[in-house]
Amino acid sequence: MTDATQSQKPRSQWFAVWHQFRQHKGAMAALILLGALVFFVLIGPLLWRIDPNFIEPNTVKMFKLRNNPPSFDHPLGTDQLGRDILARMMFGGRISLAVGLVAMLVAIFIGTTIGVLAGYFRRADGLLMRFTDLFLALPLLPLLLVMMMLFSEMVASVLGPRLGTFLLIVLAIGVTSWMQSARVVRGEVLALKEREFVLAARSIGTPNRRIILRHILPNVLSPVLVAATLGIAAAIITESVLSFLGLGFPPDFPTWGRLLYDGIDSIRTYPERVVWPGLAISLTVLSVNYIGDGLRDALDPRIRGR
Amino acid sequence: MLDTAKRPLVQVRNLKMYFPIFSGLLRRHSGDVKAVDNVSFDIFEGETLGLVGESGCGKSTVGRALLRLYTPTAGNVVIDGDDVATLSAEALRQKRPTMQMVFQDPQASLNPRMTVAAIIGEPLDEHSGLPTAEKLERVYTLMDQVGLNRRFANRYPHEFSGGQRQRIGIARALALNPKFIVCDEPIAALDVSIQAQVVNLLEDLQDRLGLTYLFISHDLSMVRHIADRVAVMYLGQIAEISPRDDLYADPLHPYAEALLSAVPEPDPNREGRRTRIILKGDVPSPANPPKGCNFCTRCPKVMPICHDLEPVLTEARPGRFVACHLVTPPQTTRAG
Repeated sequence: MTDATQSQKPRSQWFAVWHQFRQHKGAMAALILLGALVFFVLIGPLLWRIDPNFIEPNTVKMFKLRNNPPSFDHPLGTDQLGRDILARMMFGGRISLAVGLVAMLVAIFIGTTIGVLAGYFRRADGLLMRFTDLFLALPLLPLLLVMMMLFSEMVASVLGPRLGTFLLIVLAIGVTSWMQSARVVRGEVLALKEREFVLAARSIGTPNRRIILRHILPNVLSPVLVAATLGIAAAIITESVLSFLGLGFPPDFPTWGRLLYDGIDSIRTYPERVVWPGLAISLTVLSVNYIGDGLRDALDPRIRGR
Repeated sequence: MLDTAKRPLVQVRNLKMYFPIFSGLLRRHSGDVKAVDNVSFDIFEGETLGLVGESGCGKSTVGRALLRLYTPTAGNVVIDGDDVATLSAEALRQKRPTMQMVFQDPQASLNPRMTVAAIIGEPLDEHSGLPTAEKLERVYTLMDQVGLNRRFANRYPHEFSGGQRQRIGIARALALNPKFIVCDEPIAALDVSIQAQVVNLLEDLQDRLGLTYLFISHDLSMVRHIADRVAVMYLGQIAEISPRDDLYADPLHPYAEALLSAVPEPDPNREGRRTRIILKGDVPSPANPPKGCNFCTRCPKVMPICHDLEPVLTEARPGRFVACHLVTPPQTTRAG
């Protein structure tokens, strides 16, 4: 071949990944939707300048503001204390998205690490998987509550109430929800490490840590991504449960989960109060799921370019 | 063959590879699968040693234990002066470039998420420390050597045919200029039309680069084509090692005889005269091999002594080693 010398340089595979990702219509729509949600919660409060915790001090005015239907002053209406629901949705989204994302990252990190170590190193397998079983057998909600109760004041005194509660919630959720991904990853790794390309890497003299990083991890990506997308939803809900039980963020501090639970009391008279936060949570989970789906396809060279 | 004049590159002595069996409630060590049991042979520089035998006789295990992909239970494997079986982890890593492997299933031996350039370049990443541009140049050279178009560097393994994938595997094995390559049934997963291409490529590379091969296969006619000497394995032990032409003309060990009688003859006249030796029964379990000679349960020429005394691999004729009481009567076996 005469053109053999003009071959292209090996391109970065991220270019190909992005190219394939754009082919996935659902994933692109979901990316735009998630972008809109992030824009809504980050930039929204800068444009819609109403304090989400503002309660009219004048009692007469406050009573007039309670439970208002949507209007120009309050596009999503007001709640039972006359607070603006749109502003509360925006602020609540910040916390919920951050908690969901970070807790998911913590859970996936712990789960993948333990899963890979247990699957790859036979000696660690028994110990780590019994440890995983131990966590699976624990009643998680009481454990979470005890953790929050024991540590919330200590952490809050060091890092301040907001950051302290946030970190504690995120860590507590992460530490109690990594087991599923650990088991799935371990199973995949057990199958993968017997494949001949891992043997080939060993015959080349690739050390274990690079075999894991180069050959094992990229190939367990699909189950990890699925676990991650589901993890975000679970984390948002768990956070709302904690807030509902009074051990998460302070009661006047809006999160989507909190708004959802507040709205349940008046679900018959004002159903929209449950609908808005519920819709926001569902849309977040849905878009994350689709993005995960597209990402998984884009990262798999066998599907890419088809 | 002037075998004695050549320097042995690989010396295997009393290699044993046992896989432990754990059973019972307490997972107690209750026995071993003797996949490779007391195997000794030499491979001389520049030659191809064919290793044949039926499925499950331990051919692949020998190949993998030689490169210490399994840690042998006992024995020595001296490759180019170093005992690979006992090297420390870091010394073994330094030693890896001299010995490489071509795997059986080219689909399974290439990481589906790496490009061809990354696969061939992985040994260079690990051992050479070349700058990116030079590494790429070396990858291109290797692709030329095995007959892959340079434009394929960015593609992924699933985009290739079986033969091309095997070429990628061969290029990866060649990347570090090894002296010794274990070819573990490199053609078993390929179409017959592609097998010849790959075997010819291997021979061509051997001529150009002075490689030494251990060619593991169950395809006897292909081994006849490529090997200089052939070792016949049965149930974890070597039955016979002979120069190729001697073995195919006159197999000494009854098992080698039976195995070779199964090779079809292309010439119809001779094919008509071919008499097959059909062995009765099944291969005994390697977890519980028979007492005495491993082949005594199925040997058509079995003698009483075969059930008691294990034959030792001895030089029966110049350059030909056989483990059989029939060929080397027990008195000489003990002396040797």
